[in-house]
Amino acid sequence: MTLYSCLNKDKTAIVDQWFEKVVSTYPEDTARFLKSQKDPFANPVGQTTIAGLAALFDLILEGIDRQAAISFLDPIIRIRAVQKFTPTRATRFILDLKPIIRKIVQQRLSVADSMQELLALEDRIDELALLAFDIFMSCREKVFELKANEMRNRTYRAFARAGLIAESADNPS
Amino acid sequence: MADETPKPSELLAKLDHRPPATGWMDTPVEIRKGMYCYAANPKSVKALGLPNARQWNPLDDDWKLPDNWQQILHEGFKERLEKFRTFKVFMDICVRCGACADKCHFFIGTGDPKNMPVLRAELLRSVYRNDFTTFGRILGRLGGARPMTMNVLKEWWYYMFQCTECRRCSVFCPYGIDTAEITIMGRELLNLLGLNIDWIATPVANCYRTGNHLGIQPHAFKDMIDFFCDDIEEITGIRPNPQFNKKGADILFITPSGDVFADPGTYTCMGYLMLFHFLQEKYGFDITWSTYASEGGNFGFFTSHEVMKRLNAKMYLEAKRLGVKWILGGECGHMWRVIHQYMDTMNGPADFLEEPVNPVTGTKFENAKSTKMVHIAEFTADLIKHGKLDLDPSRNDNKIITFHDSCNPARGMGMFEEPRYVIRNVANHFYEMPANTIRENTFCCGSGAGLNAGENMELRMAGGLPRANAVKYVHEKFGVNMLACICAIDRAALPTSMEYWVPEMDVTGLHELVANALILPGEKQRETDLRGEPLPGMEDADE
Repeated sequence: MTLYSCLNKDKTAIVDQWFEKVVSTYPEDTARFLKSQKDPFANPVGQTTIAGLAALFDLILEGIDRQAAISFLDPIIRIRAVQKFTPTRATRFILDLKPIIRKIVQQRLSVADSMQELLALEDRIDELALLAFDIFMSCREKVFELKANEMRNRTYRAFARAGLIAESADNPS
Repeated sequence: MADETPKPSELLAKLDHRPPATGWMDTPVEIRKGMYCYAANPKSVKALGLPNARQWNPLDDDWKLPDNWQQILHEGFKERLEKFRTFKVFMDICVRCGACADKCHFFIGTGDPKNMPVLRAELLRSVYRNDFTTFGRILGRLGGARPMTMNVLKEWWYYMFQCTECRRCSVFCPYGIDTAEITIMGRELLNLLGLNIDWIATPVANCYRTGNHLGIQPHAFKDMIDFFCDDIEEITGIRPNPQFNKKGADILFITPSGDVFADPGTYTCMGYLMLFHFLQEKYGFDITWSTYASEGGNFGFFTSHEVMKRLNAKMYLEAKRLGVKWILGGECGHMWRVIHQYMDTMNGPADFLEEPVNPVTGTKFENAKSTKMVHIAEFTADLIKHGKLDLDPSRNDNKIITFHDSCNPARGMGMFEEPRYVIRNVANHFYEMPANTIRENTFCCGSGAGLNAGENMELRMAGGLPRANAVKYVHEKFGVNMLACICAIDRAALPTSMEYWVPEMDVTGLHELVANALILPGEKQRETDLRGEPLPGMEDADE
């Protein structure tokens, strides 16, 4: 059995383990909720995460399409970018897939035979991790941009009300 | 308050990927930037005559409290337990069943267990048990009690200002505990030590002095309304002629000042003006604005009962001064909770006013019998129901709309159907969000109860996630591009939240949609909506 077919067969169990790793970055009470509540509207963090991980796992097996990868990663990272995480803690979960896969290789396959496939797979995971960092940064920049824009608009209006702006009063940008 | 760049060694020291494993009482509060609002400006605290006005910074160790701060809190707690029966009951009856735990948008979005409503309330209850129950005094920590310390106080402050008092949790409590009231009490106690945030204290001081949160003086208020009339004239060829401070008018109109000064609320305000003009022309409707009671919102509600009462009284005093029959209120959130649930026992009953009757339809607003104040969504729905408005809903055809039930009109006064009825009559494309995110289950915008500042953007975005998540769903499923709401804080907060979570979404008030559809007597052929965007089918028309 090749590594890919083995992973494909065990997809659900692997994604569950991966999800477990992600939720373990939250406090215990929160992790319990994230795992148990299956309604996507009652539990957007948990359900967005598990849906994203499943799609990302397919992508890792099939080969990384950058746009597709962004579309699956963005919702997860966008959430973690406004939670209590440092950049490393927010994005590290991508790399957490590696030990899960290595363990399967060690248990079920010959390490020597699977080496080529394993290295290729890990390269894809690394690529995703880098992409995750890009997304994290763009989310953080967005947060600061939103802060700055609200502040600018407020100041602008204060000036406008005080009659200190002579023209284009309805178009601050 | 610029951040210092951390050293590499500091970053490495933080490389711990596991959350703390300690119990909640042993996990000290970490006041994190992006999650809290700046401390109240001492000038504003002083203007209201509230205690301990001074410069302080939540990040400092020393919060510059009076030496006997624990005694002040203890006595304040005691006084409120004796005065407010609900507070006493809510402190005693919680069995920690956890029904509320996962219902809070801040818990769902931040993942911080201390944002579970039960745990946020437990911050107060633990001190209550220690100070006021024999059980707690004997058992101490075993009985969930702990003494008030500086760390506990900081925890109170941090988490009492991470609750928007939206009351979603209370819908699920089998005992009916209103956790918002626990936050209200918590904030009231914090105010005894001068621990308010500036986003609340300064609007309150402005409102107390000038009549509205932004401190807009009467002439500037009138100027802004005049600007809107200019815009309306440009779009429709008709210039409304609003009345200000008119003694003997039938009705006084009061709306949150955000509608007058902040986009996209300004378009909602233009909507009110056009509706009143239509009614004036066709039915001789007589309504006045006030440049003194120029604020429907009441950030006093987020400070203390006493301050809430002071600000609320201004509306009624102005109604009395002008001699109107009743008050019509605009699209606001917490203003309606104050009116519907507190006003009658604070400043009411307003016996000098008449029981509200719609002069156009003759409908009696029985629900406003005592407060004498009618919500404009209800008023407009009544006009539509009686066929009193001339409407062309196709003018809103490029808007695929969903409705966000604003927390306070929804849970605070049970207003679910009226806004939907209005939307269905002024527009042709309306889709609901999933059932567990609307009506009494609605999710807060994430920025209510005075938390709509800029410096706490991470908190606002995390708290806004559950709402945005449902909006994203209808956006992807039905192509929804317009999020309608009936609250000024929603109109200020949701555009920012949408820009982060669902960038293709615009936000509108109800009466902006009404005014787009409303055919004014003698109007020219309109080419644009109130925002100056081409109407459907007019995309190629010359400007």
